[in-house]
This record gives sequence, structure tokens and C-alpha cells, in this order.
Amino acid sequence: MKLELRGITKVFGTFVANDSIDLVVEPGEIHSLLGENGAGKSTLMNVLYGLYQPDGGQILLDDRPVQFSGPGDAMRAGIGMVHQHFMLVPPFTVAENVVLGHEPTKGGLLDLATARRTVREISARFGFDLDPDAIVEELPVGAQQRVEIIKALSRRAEILVLDEPTAVLTPQETDELMAIMRQLRDEGTSIVFITHKLREVKAVADRITVIRRGRVVGSADPSADQTELASLMVGRQVALTLDKAPAEPGDTALQVRGLTVTDEAGVTTLDGVDLDVRRGEVLGIAGVQGNGQTELTEALLGLQKNVRGSILLGGEEIVGRSTRQVLDAGVGFVPEDRTHDALVPDFSVAENLVLDQHRRPPFGSGLSLKLKAIHERAKEAVREYDVRTGSVDSAVSTLSGGNQQKIVMARALGRDLSLFIASQPTRGVDVGSIEFLHRRIIAERDKGTPVIIVSTELDEITQLSDRIAVMYRGSILGIVPGDEDRDVLGLMMAGYTVEAAREAVAGGARTTDTQLVDEGEIV
Amino acid sequence: MSQAIEGSARPVAPGTANEPTPPASEENARREDAATLLQRIARGNVLVVVLAFVFAFLIGSILILVASAEVRAAAGYLFARPADTFRAAWDAITGAYAAMFRGSVFDLQGFTRVREDLESRGGSGSYVWGPALLRGFKPLLETLTVATPLIIASIGMAVSFRSGLFNIGGTGQLIVGAVAAGFVGFAVSLPPVIHVLVCIAAAIIAGGLYGGLAGFLKARFGASEVITTIMLNWIAVYGLAYALTTSAFTGANKAQPTSPSVGENAVLPLIAGSQNRLHLGLLIAVLAAVFLWWLMSRSAMGFRFRAVGSNPRAAEVAGIDVGRSAIGVMFAAGALVGLAGGVHILGTEHRLTGNVAGSIGFDAITVALLGRSGPLGIVLAGILFAGLSTGGRFMESNQSVPLDLVQVIQALVVLFIAAPPLVRYLVGLRSVDRPGAPRARGRRAASPAAAAPAPSGSSAAPASSSAPEPRSAGTDTKGGTA
Repeated sequence: MKLELRGITKVFGTFVANDSIDLVVEPGEIHSLLGENGAGKSTLMNVLYGLYQPDGGQILLDDRPVQFSGPGDAMRAGIGMVHQHFMLVPPFTVAENVVLGHEPTKGGLLDLATARRTVREISARFGFDLDPDAIVEELPVGAQQRVEIIKALSRRAEILVLDEPTAVLTPQETDELMAIMRQLRDEGTSIVFITHKLREVKAVADRITVIRRGRVVGSADPSADQTELASLMVGRQVALTLDKAPAEPGDTALQVRGLTVTDEAGVTTLDGVDLDVRRGEVLGIAGVQGNGQTELTEALLGLQKNVRGSILLGGEEIVGRSTRQVLDAGVGFVPEDRTHDALVPDFSVAENLVLDQHRRPPFGSGLSLKLKAIHERAKEAVREYDVRTGSVDSAVSTLSGGNQQKIVMARALGRDLSLFIASQPTRGVDVGSIEFLHRRIIAERDKGTPVIIVSTELDEITQLSDRIAVMYRGSILGIVPGDEDRDVLGLMMAGYTVEAAREAVAGGARTTDTQLVDEGEIV
Repeated sequence: MSQAIEGSARPVAPGTANEPTPPASEENARREDAATLLQRIARGNVLVVVLAFVFAFLIGSILILVASAEVRAAAGYLFARPADTFRAAWDAITGAYAAMFRGSVFDLQGFTRVREDLESRGGSGSYVWGPALLRGFKPLLETLTVATPLIIASIGMAVSFRSGLFNIGGTGQLIVGAVAAGFVGFAVSLPPVIHVLVCIAAAIIAGGLYGGLAGFLKARFGASEVITTIMLNWIAVYGLAYALTTSAFTGANKAQPTSPSVGENAVLPLIAGSQNRLHLGLLIAVLAAVFLWWLMSRSAMGFRFRAVGSNPRAAEVAGIDVGRSAIGVMFAAGALVGLAGGVHILGTEHRLTGNVAGSIGFDAITVALLGRSGPLGIVLAGILFAGLSTGGRFMESNQSVPLDLVQVIQALVVLFIAAPPLVRYLVGLRSVDRPGAPRARGRRAASPAAAAPAPSGSSAAPASSSAPEPRSAGTDTKGGTA
């Protein structure tokens, strides 16, 4: 089915989210919508899906104008959408989720046999390995996404909108998703692929439309240069690589020995981790999400309960200390999920910037707060980190994700540190801001602070790290130099040891990225 | 690395970036300041509260009509002489509300009587006006007396609400505070000033410990404070009932389930003459309101309370002890409610009875919510609530309108305030926004104004005020505007 958007305009108050956007998606093409956070991609797709009414413009399906007053209309017209945050009922089975909303019935009863058959048929067609009776919340994220795709396909979607589908996936799952997208396209489904990741766009898209500040600023072929796309997206020249001087590591500042964590159910989530971090170096921790990285950082911060082993920070044992004592020892921490772990949504920017510092001078005396000092600090941080906010008194929840992340980073880096730990330091942050935050991390390293970066983005790990530790199932599989081959890292993340991974790569194993490099598509 | 692009690594100073500006940018904020002032007032809570009262009184009027014997009698021959019915209706409504005003704020008859009486005896100037005004405002002074413990208790409630804990234990904490103050008041004999201070301290500590117990159960064992505080209410209610059967509390007269009066030195002094019950507790209520302001917006402890209330996980990661905070919140809340109980005993009741707490513990929840858990709001809401009950009592005796009606009006006020969109809808300020649902599901919504019927100038552009902003549509809950 051919989809055409003509002059779509959507206004929120005085803010123009979509300004006369034109977009044509041909049948059987993967059309990538590229843009930074807040560029208006999701708004546009919500208009298409009937969640928002456009303030101007037209939607045409196969050259016929249509109007959707809700997602139901859009679905009936053959549009399917996979949201970034899944719309699944966690305790339901796969089959139940797939038929939810248009349940097949037999004599007034739910006909689950038909539902299971639907799931099996579609799974078989695309090689999904999905059990219709599996409980959704027990499935890995990648499988949950496939449930969403099956849900859309089971309603005969001919146009599939994928909103930031790779944000939650591991590199392997991302590769699998791309294979699925290609297969769907080959069977005639049109796909709108929303993302801000250049690598993925180049790997899978047939056409690229770039959106900036609610307007279409250009379209491109996948053969376009990455820098060109990035500049188009951000509206200025951006550096995709980081210039950094070689590390000058000092003495060992952090020594972790035999660190073991068990969760409340008694399962070992972190298993005998040994690590050293020296002053003035960045240790990157790579790994697929959920392999013990969260437990490691939380154990360092005193946020985990059953911790055995030893953590020496500057020669002092910090296992068994409270989070407050660890922070007082000079540890700066950026948690992986800023909305959940780092920010108090209805606190102002200024209040959030002193959340962990409010007891100490100059911001507080233990009894009362020094509002003036807090205010000054906030203004300084907002200026230094270029946080886009109306005022330092605005609630932090009114800021965009990238600006919120800057506040978390500014808070952690706002004092002299004995150790800096950042998990996913640039998650959800746009290209322009990533560059700045990376620079700031390296500046901290160059001041002589030991730095630990945890990230599931291999790009980020390889750009920042002087050494890389790969975590797998709660253990460290190996520690390799910062310039280790990407494919070796990818295989290690899948559970290969260093030697096995190097051997396999030498023998010709490779991932999507390197294939593209060989085909000359990525420089 | 594979994506390296030579020559493009030109550093760009942050701040020169041409990034998309979120809607809440400085420019926009400034531009909106002037344009939407009216709109914001229309949206503001104050107007909703006022309108809620208007609607509650309108519905109350209907109930007065139904309850009035004269109106019913006149309605019996409505078609024969309709004017009678309308006159009776008008008289019933104006009579009832006039009585409510007279019973809660200013008694013109009393004022006139005292003035004429004194003038007939040859008085003039302040000799006449002073006593006359005091008599005229006697209902208001009584309203303030009733409001005093209510305000203090509501302030305690506000501490817990603003810290994300739903304290339902007002009754229990109030009783415990009253018992502590009362017991120290009648069982101990101390010099003036010191005695009343010791009684108040006892009330604060007892209430604090009782509230803190619920906080401890939550922090240590994860017990819901809603359940524990309700159960602690019953323990306090029946504990008091039992205590009033023991000679330790009833003194010599064991037949009566009341305690002796507190000692003379333990009584809070009257501050508006011996004819009125208003006592020094009013000043304590004002101080409590100031304390609430300081605690929640200036103190480090309040900062932690609020942080834990809003996002406990983020607070924990920032080194704040969440459990200790819960105990602290409940202690502070309980201490303030306990203080209310102490003030009630030492100022108004003077002796413990089984029903010493009345409905203050639950009314305090309503008042705190009505006052948006802010100091000024609570003081105003507390006086209002007290006025409704003193006025209602007078209305009942003077106009034989049942007191239950006042409670219905109170309930209606709260009901309307709890549903601001309903109030706005009733006055046609703008269409109802269903919370959470994307607006303008209608098929005609093609223009920006279509979703908002605009009956007056004040609502020229309110369509987006609570319509989902781009980021609330569930597509990007990480906070980025879509």
C-alpha cells in the first residue's frame, strides 16, 4: 500500500511540532524517518495512527484521502504500529496479547485455539521462535517486540510503523530485527522506520527522510555519507568520532576483588568480579543489557543488599557502606535510567542538581537549605551544560530527555570526584549533545579521575574506553584494550572468550557493520 | 573504527548548537506570560474552589427546598397560586443561608441589640462600638475556635501528603495527643506557663511516636501506611474508651466516662474575652502553618521528604535513606496532629471524653486536600470548614434546616474540587479533557480551535492547556518531546 502525507501540521499551544510535512512511502519500501529527539517524528506518526488529529494537511492511502479518529480506524485501514514502549499486557500470554482488541470467539467464549494458530502461522512465516503460550513478561525484550510485530501483522497491516525499535535491543537482536524488516519488505509490506541512529538507517533503509524542528529538511539515499546525514539531522557540523589524547593512567584507585551479588530470590547476579581502575583512565564495561552491569554499579554505590567480596576505593573498603557514605567518599554516579533512578520529576532543575548534595555546604547546613547557593549552582550548571530550560525553577519533567540527561551528568560531575561511574551516559540523547557529554567525560578522565562507563552501545564503549571489560552472565569474560576489534567485542558480548572470539573473527565471522564496511557502504 | 569519518571531526562549541528547542523555552515562556494570564487564572485552582462552592450551594438550595415544610405546603397548590410557592422557596433559601452567615461570621441582630442597649444607657464612641462589634463577631470567633485544632491537624496531614504518604491516622494521633496533654494536665500539678508547655510537649511527643510507629512499620516491614494508620485509629479509640473506665483517668467518679478537668495552669488562656471560647491555640495554629512552610520549602529534611515522596528510587540513589524518611514524615505528621489534639483539650474541651476527637481527624484530610496542602490554603480551608459547621448548627436551630444538609454541602464542595474539569465544564470554560486520552477524538477536529468551544474571551486559546503535550502520548516516556 502506498502512503502519502501531504502538508501535515500539528500544533501544541504555541509549539509547532509538525510544520507542513510531506512524506511518500512507496509499497514495499523501508522508509526511514531520521531526526533528533524532539524533531517531531513521533508526533507525525501519532497523527498517522489517529492518536492526534492534524491541524492541517491530508493523509492519503493508495491516493485516497482518509481520516482517522482513533487507532482503531488506522488499524482497519491497514496501518500497524510498534511503539517504542510496548503496548502489551505483561501477565497475558503471547496469543492473548496478539488477539487483544479483536478476540476471536466461539459461542461467546474466547477462541484461544485460533489465536494460537495465528501466532504459529506468522511465527513460522518469519522464522520467529515464539511460543503462543509463553507469558509476555517472561520473554526477553527482543521477543516482546516480535509479539508487537505479530500483533500488527495479524491485523493485516500493510504499512508498519516502527518507532525507535532498536532503542531497547542488543546488537544481535538489532541484526535480527533488520533481517525481519527486509523480509517483510520483500513480501510487500511498507515500513516506516523511525530512528536517530545513523548506522541502522544506512544498513536497512531504502529511502531516508530527515526531519528537524518539525520540518522535512531533506531526503537522502542510504548511500549518503554518515556525516552528511548527521549534519542534516542536527543542522550543523558534528563530529562522529571523539578526539582524545591517550590516557595517562596513574596508580590504581579502585580495586574490586571477588565481588558477588545475590538477589532476593537467591540467584547469583554478579559472580566473582575482579576489576582494577586506575586514575586517569576510562574502563568501559560492555555487554548485552542484563548481564550484571546494573548489579555491578549498584554494588559499588552501596545499593545492593547481599554483597560479598571487596571493593577498595583509595585503599578503603566500601562494601557495607551506605549509599550516602559512598557518595560522601567522592563517587559521582550517573544511573542507567534517569527517569527512574536519577531525577525527581516534580522537583525543579535547581533542586535536582543538588539532590545528593543538599546536606553539605554550600547548599545546606543540615537543617535548612541555602536557596541562594542552590540557585547559583543551577544557573552555572545550566550555562556550562547548555541545558535548554525556561528557568532553573522549571520542573525537570518539563525538559526533553537530552536536557534531563545533561542535568544528571552535571550533578554527578559537579564536584571533585574520587571515582566517576556512568551507566548509559548518553541514552536518549541526540547526536549534538552526545558529542558534548563525551568530551566532558574525557575531561574528567584527564583531571585524573578514574572513570567507569557502562554502555550497551558498542560505539560509545569503543569511543570512550581506554580498556574494555566485557560482562556476560554476571562475570567478566575478559578485559581487552580500548582499540579491540568491534567483531571480537560483539562475539564476546555473546559469550565468547577473548581467545575464541579473536579466533572466530580471524576465521571470518562478522556482523552487519563489518559487512557494510566491506561492501563500501560505510566508510 | 568503522564509522570514523576523517576530516569531519571539527569541534563545535556547545551552546552554538542549533538544537530543537522544547516548548518550554525561554522565548515561549515570555511570550506566553502576557497572552495567557487570564487563561491561567481561569485554569487556576482558586477559581475552581470558588466555583465548587457556588455549585455546592446551588445544589444545597434544592435540598433546602425539598426539606422545607412551607415550600412543600405551597407546592401543594402550585398551579392555583404559583407565586406562593416561589415566595416560600425564596424565603427558605435566603433564610437558610442568611442564618448560616449569621451563625458563622457576623450576627447583625446581636450587634444591633448590644449597640442600642448601650446607647440607650447613654454610651457613645468606643464604649459602644467595642462591645457591640465583639458581640457581632461572636460567631466568627466561635468559627475560629472550631477551626484551630482542625487547621493544626490538617497541617500534619499536609506533611504526609506532600511526602507521598497517605496518612489516614488523624483520629488516632489526635486522641493520643489529647490523652497525653489531658493526662499531664489533670494528673500533674506544675507552675503556670510551665504546665501548659509541658502538656503541649507531651501531646507532640505522643502524637509523633504514634505516627512514627506507622512509619516504622512501613520502613521496616513494608506495611502500607493506609492500613496501619486506620488500624491504629481503632486502637486509640478503644484504648481511650477503656482508659475512661479506669480510676487513673476518671478520678473519683468512676461512673462517668470522663476525666477530671485539666489543672488551671494547663489551660490555654482565652484571648477574646470570657464571653468567647477563642484561645491562644489560634496563635499555635498560625505558628504551625509557618512551620509547614519552613519544613516543606526551606528545610533539608523537607527536601528529603518531598524527594522520597516523588521518586523514592532516585532519592535512594542520591544517598537518602528512604526508610528513615518515612519514619520522619510520619513522626512529623503525627506530632502536628497530636499537637492539634493537645490544643483541643487544653483550649476548648478541658476534659477527656470518649468522643473527644469528634470528626476532626477525618475532616483534617479533607481540609488538607482542599487547601492543596499549602499553609495559606489550609488556614483558609480550615476556617471555611469550621464556618460551615458553626453556621450549620445555627441554621438548624434558627431555621430548622437539618444539620445533615451542611454535611451534604461540605461533601459536594469536596466532590466538585476533586473534579476540576467538571466545574469548568459546568460553567462552559472549555470542553472536558479526559485525563490520559488524546483530545479531540471527534471527527471534525481539523482546526486548532475546533476542540474548544470558546464561549468567552477568557478561553480564547485554552485548548492545549491540559491536552496531552507531545510527550505525554506514551510514545516517548523518557521525557523527550516527540
